[in-house]
Amino acid sequence: MNWSKEWKPLAAIITVFIACYYLPVEWLRQSQRVENALWESLHLVKWYAQEHVLLCLVPAFFIAGAVGVFVSQAAVMKYLGPKANKFLAYGVASVSGTILAVCSCTILPLFAGIYRMGAGLGPASAFLYSGPAINILAIVLTGVVLGPQMGIARAVGAVVFAVVIGLLMQLFFRREELEKVEAAAAMPEPEVTRPLWQNALYFGSMVGILVFANWGKPADPSGLWQLIYTAKWIMTGLFALALAAILVAWFKVGKWRMLIVSLPVALLAFTLPSHPSLAFVSGAVGLSFLTATGRDENGELREWFSTTWDFAKKILPLLFWGVLIAGALLGRPEHEGLIPSAWIAGMVGGNSLGANLFASVAGAFMYFATLTEVPILQGLIGAGMGKGPALALLLAGPALSLPSMLVIHSVMGIKKTVVFVSLVIVMATISGLIFGTLFG
Amino acid sequence: MKKIQILGTGCAKCTQLAANAKEAAQVLGEEVEFEKVTSINDIMKFGVMTTPGLAIDGQVVSQGKVLKPDQIMKLMRPVNAGE
Repeated sequence: MNWSKEWKPLAAIITVFIACYYLPVEWLRQSQRVENALWESLHLVKWYAQEHVLLCLVPAFFIAGAVGVFVSQAAVMKYLGPKANKFLAYGVASVSGTILAVCSCTILPLFAGIYRMGAGLGPASAFLYSGPAINILAIVLTGVVLGPQMGIARAVGAVVFAVVIGLLMQLFFRREELEKVEAAAAMPEPEVTRPLWQNALYFGSMVGILVFANWGKPADPSGLWQLIYTAKWIMTGLFALALAAILVAWFKVGKWRMLIVSLPVALLAFTLPSHPSLAFVSGAVGLSFLTATGRDENGELREWFSTTWDFAKKILPLLFWGVLIAGALLGRPEHEGLIPSAWIAGMVGGNSLGANLFASVAGAFMYFATLTEVPILQGLIGAGMGKGPALALLLAGPALSLPSMLVIHSVMGIKKTVVFVSLVIVMATISGLIFGTLFG
Repeated sequence: MKKIQILGTGCAKCTQLAANAKEAAQVLGEEVEFEKVTSINDIMKFGVMTTPGLAIDGQVVSQGKVLKPDQIMKLMRPVNAGE
């Protein structure tokens, strides 16, 4: 028997067995919990489909696809190589997750690469911690579903604590001479096709569309936020126009093709202003058409579309099941699912040290598929989880899981892994405490 | 016999690249030995940080990209091979 391989199914079988052995069938039947859970999960899926898929996820997929195609990983890795400026390396490592880590499976090779062939343990740890938490899709969905406060706290917390954790790791293990891998990182030379400012404007226009299309109604119906809210579709439209102009000018989309595609969008926007999502959908369909049948020589546009499509194909099913399961277990806010709200409020309610610590430890070992942490957190908060512990879970959760710990262990050994995991748990707990005290 | 190695921890992109490489070898009608390198430490030995990577006869020819079968064919049979 190869126990290093067989322990996973064994652990799964034992867990399922214990769950079945103690299954509270009678209690479930009396309290109608199972029935409620079914309705809760259906309600939650419907809510996501109505509120988040069209305006938030669709543009976010296009942005993530564009990041995959137009941002050169090699250009970023230059700052994390063996000869990189150490000071700069920490900064770049802690923020580069936004553009490098669109998919969780890219994080571990990059981490191992930075550690073994590049800037070393400190920047590698910083990258490993912040990467999963600050990828574009995760931040956008967190901000839209759980509120901008939580989205910003997640991004800022991840970046700040990434630097701290990186520096501490470097400090603890400063005496250790690392056996660097002989192979120098063979990064391909970045191909420069477009000046940076053009790329910046291009991404800026897309982020603008995403931000304004999702601008929520402010609680206080006056002031700047309300002003922006009433003008949100005009702003979205202006950014869409900018994107169209950029695509024609710098991305070799034909003028006439763009005009034909824009016509129905403009028509819907002006004839049916009360249903802005119609114009939005036709814009998304038009963009898909333009990119999928792109006629530029180097195939950038088609590559953009196929990368976008890959993300959608990979992430949507995960999110669908994540929302269904979160709905069944935890219910919508103010409703109960399978797990009684009192349990959750008891374990992670309020903002005590215990609640924050519990949330961090649970998050560190649990595995979250890409983005599913958001519906799960939403359910937990609705069931009485405090804001501090919620942030702690968001910071410790996606960065670590039992499977990823095993890979990290194979890269840097048991001692460093234990220190890293403990640092993550401590840091997540502290940020939860601070956030809970300030905003709870 | 050529040896083709697919470097990747097992995500969807790596599987796709492996399938494309197999197709390329089939079209060329060449006998090729395939190997999937999944251990992260072994991948590092190639100097590859962005998976999936493709190595032909131990030489890394591409990384971070899912190459199409015809692109792989070109890499497997350079123009100057003169066959």
